Amino acid sequence: MAAAMKGAARTERQRWEREVLEPAIEKSPERPVPFTTISGRPVERLYSPEDLEALDYSRDLNHPGLYPYTRGIHPSGYRGKLWTMRQFAGFGTPEETNERYKALLNAGGTGLSVAFDLPTLMGRDPDHELSLGEVGKCGVSIVSLADMERLFDGISLGGITTSMTINSPAAMIFAMYLVVAEKQGADWRTLSGTIQNDILKEFIAQKEYIYPPRESMRLITDIFTFCAREVPRWNTVSVSGYHIREAGSTALQELAFTLRDGIEYVQYGIDAGLDVDDFAPRLSFFFNSHSDFFEEIAKFRAARKLWAEVMRERFGARDERSWKLRFHTQTAGVSLTAQQPYNNVVRTAIQALAAVLGGTNSLHTNSLDEALALPTEQAATLALRTQQVIAHESGVTNVVDPLGGSYFLERLTLDMERGAKEYFSTIDGMGGMVAAIERGYPQREIAEASYTFQQAVEKREKVIVGVNAFAQKDDPLPPILYIDDSTAEIQLRRLEELRRTRNGDAVVASLDNLRETARGTGNTMDALLNCVRAYATVGEMCDALREVWGEYEEVPLI
Amino acid sequence: MPRIRVIIAKPGLDGHDRGAKVIARALRDAGMEVIYMGLRQTAEGIVSAALQEDADVIGLSILSGAHMHICPRLMQLLHEKGLDDVLVVVGGIIPDVDIPKLQEMGVRGIFLPGTPMQEIIRFIGANVRPRLERV
Repeated sequence: MAAAMKGAARTERQRWEREVLEPAIEKSPERPVPFTTISGRPVERLYSPEDLEALDYSRDLNHPGLYPYTRGIHPSGYRGKLWTMRQFAGFGTPEETNERYKALLNAGGTGLSVAFDLPTLMGRDPDHELSLGEVGKCGVSIVSLADMERLFDGISLGGITTSMTINSPAAMIFAMYLVVAEKQGADWRTLSGTIQNDILKEFIAQKEYIYPPRESMRLITDIFTFCAREVPRWNTVSVSGYHIREAGSTALQELAFTLRDGIEYVQYGIDAGLDVDDFAPRLSFFFNSHSDFFEEIAKFRAARKLWAEVMRERFGARDERSWKLRFHTQTAGVSLTAQQPYNNVVRTAIQALAAVLGGTNSLHTNSLDEALALPTEQAATLALRTQQVIAHESGVTNVVDPLGGSYFLERLTLDMERGAKEYFSTIDGMGGMVAAIERGYPQREIAEASYTFQQAVEKREKVIVGVNAFAQKDDPLPPILYIDDSTAEIQLRRLEELRRTRNGDAVVASLDNLRETARGTGNTMDALLNCVRAYATVGEMCDALREVWGEYEEVPLI
Repeated sequence: MPRIRVIIAKPGLDGHDRGAKVIARALRDAGMEVIYMGLRQTAEGIVSAALQEDADVIGLSILSGAHMHICPRLMQLLHEKGLDDVLVVVGGIIPDVDIPKLQEMGVRGIFLPGTPMQEIIRFIGANVRPRLERV
């Protein structure tokens, strides 16, 4: 009976194509452009019930709050709690960034997100030769515990959640945060926030690595163990697709490589002797939201479903919290244009809407001026307002997963899931993600996709408004934040003073202990907390581990 | 006619190499000989590679805001080594106010986000001084 009905529907579809569509196209031909997503995935002109014949509601979608969470992890969606509006910010001295944080919190932001400068991200002090010209430029400069105290001055760490985008020196910066919280009298057991701490995507995409992959993974499993014991509500890794996408991957590659990175972290945690449910609930995710509206929404929904299945079936997790993929989203920095920068407000709004319709738990919206410089306060406020308009005016938060059941979206979600599983089995076949990275596999896949996209832009198969189409002379430009070199001077002076006034013997002893711990099997977090309390610098702590573990160098490939 | 030899490098601490890699590949596809040095190169390392490889062009990708420190050092070193005829081009996020300063120190091409690859290829073709003409 059911089969007969399906057959009838197909016949009806064929009749429509023959009798309605074809004459219409003959009269008015379709535009001579490739109908593909921004990732190059071909899409049909129409999706209808036949495209979802394989879809089983309770198996593939189910109601929100139920496995596999395709429609969301919260049964009531955004009716209860809206997503966290978390704007990434940081520049110059800790004091300057502290002021920006207070402004964002006063404007209705609900969480902090710290951007560090490149010397901090790479574990170098401001007086290192490679730090020349970089201090305080792309984020805030943090050298020692004293800077972390300045950064959060007057902000109660017990009362907010903080996300810190830090990877190679994640353990060092996290240790500083914990000591500041301790000094404020906050209880570590109730502290909540996130360190990005995702080293795998650094090797794959953003390239802010210090140590070789396997030693880097040791730092991460030490954090798993430490947090399970001491800071149980802290999100220990934000498994990130954002940077993979920014490096030029397709939406599918972003999804597949990110989740496969997540699998790798879980496997390493289990191999380190932890029970999966003791640390997996504290893994969160971080995705990009690009301009191709439906492809992005499908990606977010497929991610939840894939992760639930991986955790329950592959790892045998029993705690439902381990099955639920929670994620932060940032709109696509790479989509912002330096030309006609005001257009970026529109791009960001569309991308943010996709993230919300995909069920994001937290969101950063980019500022219109970010292809030109770090954002001004005015631009950053407009970006936050964009989220508030979506949340409070658009009506999309009234209904859970309002696009669920769309023929197109559900088909795309299924296709994303299938494509990601194919990547999983390829990477499993190589021996896992660390091994795949050592072979350069994800790096090559991304380089290929990024070059293909650039060629499509050059040929104007992909239109970028204001850049390769609708360009104009003398674009009106917004005011720009110019960061001078005064931060470097201040931070260099402070570093010198710190080295003069702190207890040098305590620093040396704590660093010796860190090296000793790294050579052995003790927990590096405990050793790092001692270094931080002695006011050792980020560069000193990272150098101590460089001496033991060496540094990673990639083979450049194009 | 000998092929144009180009060094592409990312100086400084930043690891965002998408632009550098795409342009390296585009120049190679346009028939140039590309030496892609990769990440975290110092001005000293780049100049010494230019000397060793007899490069016609040096292309730098800088997104982090460190260009006003890196470029003066590189131009000075090129001058000291007698490599003033090497064409230096920079791509990245460069504030307007810095563009005349970079030009004054001898950076010939400055390419901002969104520049078509063909424009960069054309610029290099039109401005490079072929090796045969050099002493």
